[in-house]
Amino acid sequence: MSGFASPSEVAEALTGVQYLPDERISQVVYLAERLDKPVLVEGPAGVGKTELAKALAEIHGRRLIRLQCYEGLDESKALYEWNYRKQLLRLQADEGAEWSTVEDDIFSEDFLLERPLLEALRSPEPVVLLIDEVDRVEIETEALLLEVLADFQVSIPELGTIAASSRPLVVLTSNNTRDLSDALKRRCLFLHIGYPDIEREREILLTRVPDLPQKLAEQIAGVVRHIRDLPLRKAPSVSESIDWARTLLALGIDEVNEGVTTDTLHVLLKYQADIDKAAIELARP
Amino acid sequence: MIATLTSFVSELRQVGIPVSMVEAIDAAAAVEHVGLEDREALRHSLAACLVKNAHHLEAFDGAFDVFFSPLPPPGETLETTEGASVGDGGAGGGEADLDQIVAGLLGALGRSDHDSMRAIARQLVGRLAGIQPGRPVGGRYYLYRILSRLGAERLLERLLAEHPEATGLDRRLLEDEYRSRMEAFESMLQDEIRRRLVADRGREAVARTTRTQLLEDLNLSTASRAEIARMEQVIQPLARKLAARLAHRRRHLRKGRLDIRRTVRQSLSTGGLLADPQFKAPRVSKPDIVLLCDISGSVATFAHFTMQVMYAMASQFSRVRAFAFVDGVDEVTGFFTPGVDFHEAIVRLGREADVVAFDGHSDYGNVLEQFADRYGAAITPRTTLIVTGDGRTNYRPGRAPVLAELAQTARAVYWLNPEPRRFWDTGDSVMGEYAPSCNGVHEVQTLRQLETFVEGLAMAAQTHRTIVKV
Repeated sequence: MSGFASPSEVAEALTGVQYLPDERISQVVYLAERLDKPVLVEGPAGVGKTELAKALAEIHGRRLIRLQCYEGLDESKALYEWNYRKQLLRLQADEGAEWSTVEDDIFSEDFLLERPLLEALRSPEPVVLLIDEVDRVEIETEALLLEVLADFQVSIPELGTIAASSRPLVVLTSNNTRDLSDALKRRCLFLHIGYPDIEREREILLTRVPDLPQKLAEQIAGVVRHIRDLPLRKAPSVSESIDWARTLLALGIDEVNEGVTTDTLHVLLKYQADIDKAAIELARP
Repeated sequence: MIATLTSFVSELRQVGIPVSMVEAIDAAAAVEHVGLEDREALRHSLAACLVKNAHHLEAFDGAFDVFFSPLPPPGETLETTEGASVGDGGAGGGEADLDQIVAGLLGALGRSDHDSMRAIARQLVGRLAGIQPGRPVGGRYYLYRILSRLGAERLLERLLAEHPEATGLDRRLLEDEYRSRMEAFESMLQDEIRRRLVADRGREAVARTTRTQLLEDLNLSTASRAEIARMEQVIQPLARKLAARLAHRRRHLRKGRLDIRRTVRQSLSTGGLLADPQFKAPRVSKPDIVLLCDISGSVATFAHFTMQVMYAMASQFSRVRAFAFVDGVDEVTGFFTPGVDFHEAIVRLGREADVVAFDGHSDYGNVLEQFADRYGAAITPRTTLIVTGDGRTNYRPGRAPVLAELAQTARAVYWLNPEPRRFWDTGDSVMGEYAPSCNGVHEVQTLRQLETFVEGLAMAAQTHRTIVKV
């Protein structure tokens, strides 16, 4: 694996593609590459879990293969499927031929439909595999992933075991709506991404919204931190504070005060109850 | 190094963080790549290998700080100087000195000058903590001692007083900023205290006294409000799991019945060959749960917690009905509709729910009778009834037969009691009368015990299923 020599090189490369990592993120990414282990990224929505995978693909110049998880995801959508239509056509085209030869033939790779996991393993050049929102699949389906994550291989009954032709860099994300199984966690390095501290948030804003004045970025980061401390159903995420910065910039506002904040709260908060609560807090003398 | 790592891992296990053999080996491999020079790099690397639950990170950090903190330079002794030996009264000269240090601290906090802050922290611990060699107390004790002698609660005001022009939102933002700097300073103090304790008593001993309790091991009856609030994030997934366990899902019938129309339609693409059978989507059966929760004063903290569970379940699943009681019972499902804020729901519930029939002391007998009378129809053969409460009825009749009758109708009845099992049936507790009617009575003092109960339900459901099959 083409590696980085130190965590700070990782940080530098990530910053180069507009992803500002904190010390923990770059350290864990560095370690994942050294130990050849998948990274399980957990944290509230909108702190940049998926973005991290995309940034990693970019800095390595690799293709990103994404498996979006949902309830009901199964083998045939995650791993592989036999292309039965093609198999049928093959059978019909070959009528009269010896069964044994046909049988060998229809269970060959020509008739295999690759799904994201298999695609990532069989790709000739290394890729970044993103398994997004893994907490959404049922606990039984998780078992599907274990072989891929631990040994980078897939067993297909008709074909045997297919080993990875190149080691993909695997990133799993979870919103922690349910506990993942121990077996899955054991095979991964764990990275918790929380809300950034005020300095990092300011830097993120400045990177993502290039025209933003320094002073405004500082104020935005401060107000967002204050709002996050309120007991809300859904605290504003980083992506929402970026949206807010863009909104303020578009409105031509150069200073944040109570009035401006109250008028644009709906960009930051997505529940009416939260908006009301924040408005009351802002109106407090 | 391996020795330190092994004892560190065993300390983590003592705290309750599950660390498997594989993970420990990963940690050792990580150390080879990371080295020991950079302490923060080491911390993040070990955390990534050993801790797989975000709620365990705090406890991990505590243990890490003890095991991997640098030792004080040789020559620096533990013996504390003037401040401590004089005692709480303090000598006149010392006080004047202290004022100077505080002034320096205010300046450093104002500039956010971490180097000066650290130097002051070192000085303060030497003077004010009064660390006694060999005394087995945790670092918190010394921290509070320093903070109170420093007048820490007034520091914030004094910092803010320097910015009289800031009002309204600006002032609160400034307050946030200073508060976070104060927190940074506090953790510097703690680092320093820990360093000295470790030098005195050794890492293992200090780790034992400074252990951070995991969220799932906190006692629900004595936890502080802040701790209970932190549990909110954990309860959501757990309540979901509980409801899922109670939903009798038919797993072996993952696909529904054959859908002839769609199968025939699909066959057109294979020239009329019925190659790909289509199935109807299975009906997901919903959990049918009735929660009956004691919210009286004697179990107030526990009640706050059970209401969180009620909220989590009732706002996500339509067939959950929640009832609260003290000496009267009232349905509270309506307070927990989706989209309603939990804290508002609690306030409204306290104001509007009619849970006090007589004098506001729990009366299980009356409650059960009222429940059976008014809401008996809520209990059907598909319902699981979960009662939470301490079963202390203030020497009033328990009327266990009423519960027995409800249990006859219900699919199952579970009782969760926040009291330790050894206190049951002492004093006015009548758990023994209710227990025979229940499919299970469980002591639930911690989240871990609640989780065990939920896991146990799955096991019970499975055995039940196999019996039916045979």
